[in-house]
Amino acid sequence: MTDRFSTRNYLRDIKLPFCAGCGDYTVINSFLRALHELGHKDLHKFVFCSGIGCAAWIPSPHFEADSIHTTHGRSIPVATGVKLVRPDLNVVVFGGDGDLVGIGLSHLIHAARRNLDITVIMVNNMVYGMTGGQVAPTTPFKAKTTTTPYGNFEHPLDATRLVATAGASYAARWTTIHITELKEAMKKALTTEGFAFIEAVSQCPTAFGRRVGLKTAADMLRWLKENSVPLKEAEKMAEEELMGKIVVGEFIQRKRQTFTDAVYGVIREAKKGA
Amino acid sequence: MISLPKKEIFMSKQMPPGTYFWQGNEACAEGAIAAGCRFFAGYPITPASEIAEHLAERLPQVGGIAIQLEDEIASLGAVIGASWAGAKAMTATSGPGFSLMQENIGYAFMTETPCVIVDIQRAGPSTGQATKCGQGDVMQARWGTHGDHAMIALSPNSVQEIYDLTIRAFNLAETYRTPVVLLADEIIAHMREETTTPPLEKIEITNRKKPKKTEKAFFGSQEIPPMPAVGEGFNVPVTGSTHNETGRRYTADPVVHRQLVERLVSKIERTTDQLIDYEGYNMNACDAGIISYGCTSRAIYEAVQLAEKRDIKVGFIRLKTIWPFADRVIQEIAQNAKVLFVPEMNLKQLFYEVKRAVEGAVPVFPINKIGGGEMITPEELMEQVVRRMQNLD
Repeated sequence: MTDRFSTRNYLRDIKLPFCAGCGDYTVINSFLRALHELGHKDLHKFVFCSGIGCAAWIPSPHFEADSIHTTHGRSIPVATGVKLVRPDLNVVVFGGDGDLVGIGLSHLIHAARRNLDITVIMVNNMVYGMTGGQVAPTTPFKAKTTTTPYGNFEHPLDATRLVATAGASYAARWTTIHITELKEAMKKALTTEGFAFIEAVSQCPTAFGRRVGLKTAADMLRWLKENSVPLKEAEKMAEEELMGKIVVGEFIQRKRQTFTDAVYGVIREAKKGA
Repeated sequence: MISLPKKEIFMSKQMPPGTYFWQGNEACAEGAIAAGCRFFAGYPITPASEIAEHLAERLPQVGGIAIQLEDEIASLGAVIGASWAGAKAMTATSGPGFSLMQENIGYAFMTETPCVIVDIQRAGPSTGQATKCGQGDVMQARWGTHGDHAMIALSPNSVQEIYDLTIRAFNLAETYRTPVVLLADEIIAHMREETTTPPLEKIEITNRKKPKKTEKAFFGSQEIPPMPAVGEGFNVPVTGSTHNETGRRYTADPVVHRQLVERLVSKIERTTDQLIDYEGYNMNACDAGIISYGCTSRAIYEAVQLAEKRDIKVGFIRLKTIWPFADRVIQEIAQNAKVLFVPEMNLKQLFYEVKRAVEGAVPVFPINKIGGGEMITPEELMEQVVRRMQNLD
């Protein structure tokens, strides 16, 4: 690794559109550093798919790469088509929590079940940020948002555990304060054969933090740090103790046949019989 | 890796040229394979499921991929991804699934993604009569997705024609870089007829225009720009948001939006005459003209004979291209006929288009029948024609 890391090797010369203090910057940094450390000098072997929302804008059009910015929630289906036709390419999906576990949840579960060999990076800012801060399936219980002015009366979804259970080869959750762990998890995800999922719990001071008493990015990062519980510790804690906590760590790491292997296996069989 | 098949690669795997006793859905699937389709994603739905079943068996034999996904939204999503990866791709559904696909149909239109969407119409609205024929998706095919757009939709009236028009649907999708709807119906899809597959060299196959290495304008500067695939080194940004000719997102610029959407609509509407395909009979020497399409048009041949026995000269236009609409052809028959009839298995859809096209030159009457998948019979058709003609005198 003699080459110096520079985001310029991977980004187009366009100003990034995210708010000051947005966690997306950290996610981009971690991702590109992971690529650098894996020896990818550019993105020509990558295809990025993303849906609608702030995190979906991470690759599109900012990465100097092929990127498909799809309809809301449908990045994984589009990635399915790309990956099956071109299994030689690395297909990476970026999306927010609304995109991937709100409107697009069923695709996430089924892609994990099939063990589709793509990497999905979900930036979980716990809110619909781009539309101004409405409640999301990931919003903490009792948190105030623009559509829950009396506090959220639903419980948040544990996306990483769901994906791990559904059949993914790799699933990990970290926050934007865990920059090293996040980068290392991304390296693992990118080298995993099969479905790899990373949830990056992230700060949105603009549309979420300021309504829950965390006005700055620093306040939010402190909150993420204080509320994070490593998976091993969490296993010893009671359900009530874990309310409002962010369980971080690697939830699953396993070998399973990938979807492309299975599909191309069928083609080989059928060609013999034809 | 699968790629756009060269003729010699898939020639050996095609059904040998000959005559087959196929169901419409099987003919559709075989037409897709002959056209070079190598990716299918779908979700089960009556009366379209046989297309998925047939392709699940046949596509892997020719090195293609057929998958069933969690819903119709994902199915068209995967088709779009496959198309951008360089494959000719298709999905097949019926009314309810077609409704779910509408957002991605708009996306395919906006991103100029060639793909084929087969809609085997059944009786709606909603679940309606799931196993029975209807023709109620004519307007959904045209206006189902939101925003300004133009659509190409083809309507077969026999098993042979669903084979032929599936090939044409792929060719038009590739030529125009746009989604194409094959708007068939339950009767055509489920009936069995003799179908002849020509030798492969006689089948006209069109492939999308590929860019030169130095090109960067994949979304403009030409009316139909060349289309790269992902993984070819073009670093193409594809987006359903308004974009300039290189694919960069412009979500506020009025000129960029105007130029993009006007071009997307005009590339189809400007070439309407090339897209129009129809069968005409007695168009210049008839008293009554019948405008029909799909399964309903199967009744017109006998109706014409019945009418002629009663000394009524009937002509017809059977539309194979539903969208864009054949205004000029309709205007041609309206110059001679005293009255036009539009039989449909819905409660008036194409009728209003015919009425608009003739601009009051002649009266236009709808003939409608819905429910139970019952077709409009030649006798019913003729009875209406005779009654109206008598009233005209």
